Amino acid sequence: MTSETTNTHALRSLPSMSVLGPILALVVLVAIGAMMNSNFLGAANITNVLARSAFIGIIAVGMTFVITAGGLDLSVGSMAAFIAGLMILVMNAALPSLGVGVPIILLGMLVAVVAGILAGMLNGFLITTVGIEAFIVTLGTMGIYRSLVTWLADGGTLSLDFGLRTFYRPVYFEGILGISWPIIVFALVVLIGEVLMSRARFGRHCAAIGSNEAVAHYSNVDVNRTRLLTYAMLGLLVGIATIMYVPRLGSASASTGLLWELEAIAAVIIGGTVLKGGFGRVWGTVIGVLILSLIDNILNLTDLVSPYLNGAIQGVIIILAVILQREAKAKG
Amino acid sequence: MTAEPVLCLRDVRKSFGPVEVLHGVSLDLRAGEVLALIGENGAGKSTTMKILAGYQPASAGRILLDGEEVTFGSLHDGEEAGIVMIHQEFNLAEQLTVEQNIFLGRELRRGPFLDKRRMRQLARDYLGRVNCRVHPDAKVSELSNSDKQMVEIAKALSRDARVLIMDEPTAVLTGSETEILFDQVRRMTGQGTAVLFTSHKLGEVSAIADHVTILRDGAVVHDGRAAGVSEDGMATAMVGRDVSDLYPLKTGEPGEVMLKVENLTVPGHARGVSFELRRGEILGVSGLIGAGRTEAFEGLCGLRAASAGCVEIAGRAVSITRPRDALEHGLCYLTEDRKLRGLLLDKSMRVNLTLQALDRFGGLMIDRAAEDRALDAAIEEFNIRAGQRNMAVGNLSGGNQQKLLLAKIMQSEPLILIADEPTRGIDIGTKQQIYTFLRGLADRGHGVVMISSEMQEVIGLADRVMVMRTGEVAGMLTKTEMTEDRIVRLAVGLGANEEGRVA
Repeated sequence: MTSETTNTHALRSLPSMSVLGPILALVVLVAIGAMMNSNFLGAANITNVLARSAFIGIIAVGMTFVITAGGLDLSVGSMAAFIAGLMILVMNAALPSLGVGVPIILLGMLVAVVAGILAGMLNGFLITTVGIEAFIVTLGTMGIYRSLVTWLADGGTLSLDFGLRTFYRPVYFEGILGISWPIIVFALVVLIGEVLMSRARFGRHCAAIGSNEAVAHYSNVDVNRTRLLTYAMLGLLVGIATIMYVPRLGSASASTGLLWELEAIAAVIIGGTVLKGGFGRVWGTVIGVLILSLIDNILNLTDLVSPYLNGAIQGVIIILAVILQREAKAKG
Repeated sequence: MTAEPVLCLRDVRKSFGPVEVLHGVSLDLRAGEVLALIGENGAGKSTTMKILAGYQPASAGRILLDGEEVTFGSLHDGEEAGIVMIHQEFNLAEQLTVEQNIFLGRELRRGPFLDKRRMRQLARDYLGRVNCRVHPDAKVSELSNSDKQMVEIAKALSRDARVLIMDEPTAVLTGSETEILFDQVRRMTGQGTAVLFTSHKLGEVSAIADHVTILRDGAVVHDGRAAGVSEDGMATAMVGRDVSDLYPLKTGEPGEVMLKVENLTVPGHARGVSFELRRGEILGVSGLIGAGRTEAFEGLCGLRAASAGCVEIAGRAVSITRPRDALEHGLCYLTEDRKLRGLLLDKSMRVNLTLQALDRFGGLMIDRAAEDRALDAAIEEFNIRAGQRNMAVGNLSGGNQQKLLLAKIMQSEPLILIADEPTRGIDIGTKQQIYTFLRGLADRGHGVVMISSEMQEVIGLADRVMVMRTGEVAGMLTKTEMTEDRIVRLAVGLGANEEGRVA
């Protein structure tokens, strides 16, 4: 029977449809975009698409871990809005004492990161220790954060002080060697996330928990701690995404980060992560994010289809992605 | 009885991809007869049954129904023809009630509305016939395995099955429940139903079957009246070699005390459990289902909430509150439920093998090469037979899953192994391998606890037996005291003899 193991190498070199599918879809989209508009492959447009993808992308990487471990987080969009509002309030309040400069920016970043981790841990705590369904908990916190930011802004918009905004702007618009900061940070997050998911013990434990919680428990995996960590990590990444987002507009309102949670979840699913957990891949999520952004971008650049149909096309892609995965599973 | 066959297979072949798993199987099901289809795990029993019931098409060969060739396009065609199959993993909607399940897909109606009164009446009737006391409104998810089995049978009764196919129906049943099941089977055959069933318990086969068909490696190796073949004969035919020396010799001399447990209490399941385990010893743990054996040892290993007066490992008092603590002290628990608690069925063998001891394979990053080496070694040592290394573990046969689970547990290099029902639902050849392994482990100076509901196995393998009853230790029997009678008496609370004391 051991002789049969020699077949595995041949099999491993043939990627399945669930691997090829998202990549093919991305290639097709790029080809369509390049045919439709000559500016599509220009540096300006590519930078634009990538930078816009970065916010959802950074969050979606965290979401990949949460979903892989059998969880879900609907609160990330509201959480981002709340953190943005909090950051702006704190920075404005500290302006008289700290003045415009690097320290106040660092203070804002610290607030975002700490608030993100705490918010994520609150979700995680309610889900693991208290034992309430992830859907319910995050539906609740989604409402709470959205309402808090509306309240903080008194129904309007929280704006960063003009001087501060001018000083902070480069964090979104500039970077190193012509690559803007959000893209660099996104790339770093993806790199670390991919290694963590596919090479590290943490990723293996997440997949084991999502695949079968009881088996993980009987196999010496600390189920609650690992789950809590996925939510805390997602919170941290929401904080980081917000740090990149605030300098772009310099304000936060009730509509900040609206529907980000659904875009992030959609990207994760298109990328081949299984919604009910047990299997996840970070690189797939990146492709999912890029597919969603490209559809938006192509519709804006061409007048073939109304950009108002963006949501409809994205919806079709999500459903198609899941059908393709199911077929691949039935065959495998 | 030599009635005309109701359902026959003639030279049926089945291939999955390039691999042929059935090589020309022929068998006959006759009205009013019980056919036992037996064989080792992976011999092709399940595939044969699925072809009979119309779940899977045959690759070649003929299926004859009342002498005429048929092809079942779907499961539905099979049911239309009066063929009902009961799966080992039940086919019940967990969230529905017992009654809703019995009539699922063929609800009785009066006009456009459900005829609830009649369904209730019939449901009670069917449940009464299988002596099942669950309420028709009880949710299936809240039933025990044996009750679920009875509900499946009641469901089959409601279908007026001409042919009833049961895949290991007794695996989850106790002795008395098995008797009730067999009474029903006899009743159905008395009314002309043809029954096919599989079981690893050869005693049952002798007790109930009229006819025995034995499969080995996808081919029929024996086909004849049940009366004409002994249990030993069946075992030999299944395995293809003599298995009379099923249990290894109890050669070892137990050494010093390795594990000492005093007053272990698991709320709601076990109270005041105390025992000692010596180096080089296999301690059997017997008792009825529900006696708290599994729960007590899960509590000991930190898998569920428990408290103990004192736990000593190798003479040192230890505190175990989490699974991690148990592993650090060399105490390891092999679960009785390999499918729900033991293995990640949708993951590969490599991922499963190393999951429990992942910290031994690299630091923060996992060393895949080391994992592969460990898998090579495990496949070799435990003789695990898998078509492909990277296939999902759920596709392995039960015996190979069990061997993989054992290999997985051994990755933690336990000093003390607690094996809970280590041979449940696996064939006799694999059983023998596992017995040999456990004895070898003891001989190499480990301590082994084997929880088992199979009396023969406990007597055959263990050096001492601890019998549990309703959450307490009912007695401890030495090698010479171990008899089936004594164990049963202690297990049911009859044996207040002097030897029934805690040793």
